[in-house]
Amino acid sequence: MSDTLEKVQAIVVEHLGVEAEKVSASASFIEDLGADSLDTVELVMAFEEEFGIEIPDDAAESILSVGDAISFIDSVKK
Amino acid sequence: MINLREKKALLTGASGGIGKAVARELIAAGANVCLTGRNEEELLKLQNELGDNADIIIADLSDHANIISLVKEAEEKLGGIDILVNNAGITKDNIFLRMSDEEWNDVIDINLNSTFKMTKAVIRGMVKRRYGRIINITSVIGVAGMAGQSNYSASKAAIIGMSKSLAQEVGSRSITVNCIAPGFIETNMTAGLSEARKEEILKSIVVKRLGLPEDVSGAVSYLASDSASYITGQTIHINGGMLMI
Ligand SMILES: NC(=O)c1ccc[n+]([C@@H]2O[C@H](COP(=O)([O-])OP(=O)(O)OC[C@H]3O[C@@H](n4cnc5c(N)ncnc54)[C@H](OP(=O)(O)O)[C@@H]3O)[C@@H](O)[C@H]2O)c1
Repeated sequence: MSDTLEKVQAIVVEHLGVEAEKVSASASFIEDLGADSLDTVELVMAFEEEFGIEIPDDAAESILSVGDAISFIDSVKK
Repeated sequence: MINLREKKALLTGASGGIGKAVARELIAAGANVCLTGRNEEELLKLQNELGDNADIIIADLSDHANIISLVKEAEEKLGGIDILVNNAGITKDNIFLRMSDEEWNDVIDINLNSTFKMTKAVIRGMVKRRYGRIINITSVIGVAGMAGQSNYSASKAAIIGMSKSLAQEVGSRSITVNCIAPGFIETNMTAGLSEARKEEILKSIVVKRLGLPEDVSGAVSYLASDSASYITGQTIHINGGMLMI
């Protein structure tokens, strides 16, 4: 879990140019981190690459926060 | 001089009249091009003519799975796609009162749905690389309409609308999305028209001749070039003045 959190945090920091401490599990990409809708697509693509997984469009649409991303990634990585 | 050196392009409908002219134009500007269509013989001939910077992939765009594998193969061959030209298209004319579901669906499927699917498959890579040129070949008929072509005009008008929406979504990633709307161009698509019909069309063409594929292809390489980075969501009309918008 914490490993996933770290990697997700790093991707979000790099992609959105936000400070690491803002990227908490409860942070919403759009509301808290200033992402636009295309940023959220790009984040999902970056997660797919980093974790070697595929995130189908309908699942991707429900990944709205850092915590959502972590729990989705952990659920498929098991 | 238009310079597309180092640029990688995927072109559908490359075996057709306009497609061949576009392929020649892109190659002449220095791009690496993946040519696709169903007609292997025509594509091989074209590849022989164009040389090492042209690759071919045979694919039928009526099948969704083919589109996914086509784009994957093209990305592998080219090492990414900078330019996508959605040019494949068909007509199945009939007056509206007699138009069958099949005629309607076939034209919507090849012209519109394949444009959506091709673009969707290609755009991810463009978003990631923050560069892209999507060029969709529509038609004057999509803007002006034409008796007997309600399916075709619907498909082409829809592509114009789609392009405007997509242009707004991806503009911030340096991706432009534009359409080219040819008028009457002499290719297989128009070869079946009667002389009387051609004469009649000619009357409405201000420059008093039918168009050639080469009249269209220059606009494709221009829109694909860096000189056109401030043009997006637009439709360039190439119709000899047949319709002025
Ligand atoms: N000619 C005109 O007056 C005119 C005017 C306005 C717009 N346009 C548009 O320009 C574009 C090119 O047309 P054209 O005049 O060059 O006609 P064309 O010579 O008939 O070429 C049509 C192209 O579409 C491809 N195609 C058709 N069905 C396909 C399928 N199921 N899967 C894959 N490829 C398919 C054909 O490839 P294969 O044969 O290899 O399958 C061919 O390369 C079309 O979108 C057309 O609507 C033409």
